[in-house]
Amino acid sequence: MNTTQKLLNGKFSLEMKVYGSGEPLLYLHGAGGLMPAEPFLEDLGKHFKVYAPQFPGYGESTGNEYIDDIADAVLFFHELMDELGIPTANIVGHSMGGMLAAEVAAFDIHRARKLVLIAPAGFWIDEVPIPDLFAAQLTEIAGLLFHDPKSAAAQMMTAIPSDFKALETMYVERVKRLATASKFLWPIPDRGLKKRAYRIHAPTLLLWGDDDKLIPPAYAKEFTSRIKNSKLELIKNAGHMVMYEQQEALVGAIRKFLKG
Amino acid sequence: MKFTWFHLMPYRFLPEDFKEKYHSVWVDIPRDLYDPKLGHRLYNDYLDQLEYADLMGFDGLGVNEHHQNAYGLMPSPNIMAAALSRRTRNASLVVLGNSIALYNPPIRVAEEFAMLDVISGGRLVAGFPVGTSMDTNFCYGEVPATIREKYYEAHDLIIKAWTSKDVFAFNGKYTKLRYVNLWPKPIQQPHPPIWIPGGGSVETYDFCADHDYQYSFLSYFGYIAGKKVADGYWEVMAKKNKELNPYSLGFAQVVAVSETDEQAEKDYAPHMDYFYNRCLHVYDGFADAPGYRTVKTIKAGILGQVGDRAAMRREGLKWKDFIEQGYVIAGSPKTVRERLREAMKSLNCGHLMMLMQIGSMPPELVRKSTSLFATEVMPHMRDLWSNFEDKWSPKRMPQNEIAMPANVHFQKAEANGKARAAAAASAEARSAK
Repeated sequence: MNTTQKLLNGKFSLEMKVYGSGEPLLYLHGAGGLMPAEPFLEDLGKHFKVYAPQFPGYGESTGNEYIDDIADAVLFFHELMDELGIPTANIVGHSMGGMLAAEVAAFDIHRARKLVLIAPAGFWIDEVPIPDLFAAQLTEIAGLLFHDPKSAAAQMMTAIPSDFKALETMYVERVKRLATASKFLWPIPDRGLKKRAYRIHAPTLLLWGDDDKLIPPAYAKEFTSRIKNSKLELIKNAGHMVMYEQQEALVGAIRKFLKG
Repeated sequence: MKFTWFHLMPYRFLPEDFKEKYHSVWVDIPRDLYDPKLGHRLYNDYLDQLEYADLMGFDGLGVNEHHQNAYGLMPSPNIMAAALSRRTRNASLVVLGNSIALYNPPIRVAEEFAMLDVISGGRLVAGFPVGTSMDTNFCYGEVPATIREKYYEAHDLIIKAWTSKDVFAFNGKYTKLRYVNLWPKPIQQPHPPIWIPGGGSVETYDFCADHDYQYSFLSYFGYIAGKKVADGYWEVMAKKNKELNPYSLGFAQVVAVSETDEQAEKDYAPHMDYFYNRCLHVYDGFADAPGYRTVKTIKAGILGQVGDRAAMRREGLKWKDFIEQGYVIAGSPKTVRERLREAMKSLNCGHLMMLMQIGSMPPELVRKSTSLFATEVMPHMRDLWSNFEDKWSPKRMPQNEIAMPANVHFQKAEANGKARAAAAASAEARSAK
């Protein structure tokens, strides 16, 4: 279900997907943002009450101009959790959202009951450079993000509309989203999480596609070595967009970890 | 009508198969394609050409800033302007310009521009571009989402540094300084004329109009395609009740003169091809980082200067097409006179920035084209816009007050060198004992 959530007297107006019922789960999306339909989140909604906001600057969500850096983004999520009445919740984040979820948990150890980071950004290893998604062309993106770039999911996500108006709309939305992401990821996605990750006290599960070509699984040890109570699980036959390639395995792993 | 002889300073020795074999002329071009010994030759040739333009009576000498590329070899145009300041006498030094969001703190630009203005006796035009996406985002790592905000803040700081009588504190979002106190200050008071080079961002029209800056549209599509942008600019100026003074618009145009139209094609066609197909071979992914152009500009449908769409539009064009579509104004002096007058009138433009060394064009051709233009075209165009006042050219010191460089006696210097070497040798001999 799509809802609109206002924060701070309308400073932020958020487009948010809400699914299911039960224990609260806050989902932080990656640099690409939420798609019109998110079957993976619907599936999670069978077990949790899922809150998935579009970050300010994405979709209909406004207030992007009030967020310049990690501290602003973290306080935004703290405010959102308070406003939703879930000051503590399970937090799941993918890619850029994983980076932000880790920061939310590190800035205030009481925010995350448990933390799930799916192929999170936040580090840079010279020997394993992350390909430049900002410079990638639409035709290259499927190859970077998917284990199987020919799959229906990959093709759908990277399809180029033939109608000019639709193309312009898609292009403008993509520019808006990636421009917002550039505040945290440009030119190198390291904003100092390495100094703060030790403050993550919540039990943490790292999930990674074994064929992630964007942020390779080698990055997992940056997290597991710094977060006391953490472990890594690889998801087979998945690239960076794990949720679109191995939805069942991913939901299963999250559910087992959060319910366990 | 005023003429600025504008140099891009391209690398002239890219391989024949550059476009097919290499990813991009900008950002990640392999370093081994650059030979510093050839580079030495190029810089000196290019400075000679600008000095020649000064002798031939051009009003301005233009240089600009680009990074990590073979398209234009001036990471610091201020160094070129400094070299020119001592070897030229008349022309304005049009530094178009410094990408002010890249300097930390940006008063570095205020300082260097003041130095150039003082050395040259008030001949500087200060250009403040945002800079291309390749330069600012990809090479210099600026966040695309915030570069424009940072640019405007840098601009405010520089202007305040130039105009403030007292030491002041600056509490910006991107720059914080407890003491701003600009030494030296420029000759031109309160500051040199400011030209804003733009590639068609609609916000820039308003920025220029609101500050009475000159808007310089730097396009490689030529005057016919450029009319859309010029019209957009004049529309904003009219809406704001500003004088529609042609000198408040600059326009860059490729111009090449030869004895006849046929000879022009023979002389310049291969170099034009080099320019469009090698110098402008920019990987599409580097052309426009997400957030570099505002949504408003994207929706205005203004085509970027580089990238696939720009390249597609040029694909397969021959000399005849380049001429017909106005990318290039070239031919006999008579042809160039006529087309240029028509172009400047249609754009309502008073400051022409002429690209006369294009791509791989060798020094002798540059000299020929420049000389023909200066003697057989320029004098016939001087009458254009004579009823308008040019408020955007430097107000220099009177010629008789300008310091002349002392004569350099190379022989004397050489003799001094020999004497020093002899003294050093004998000192060494003494210490050996």
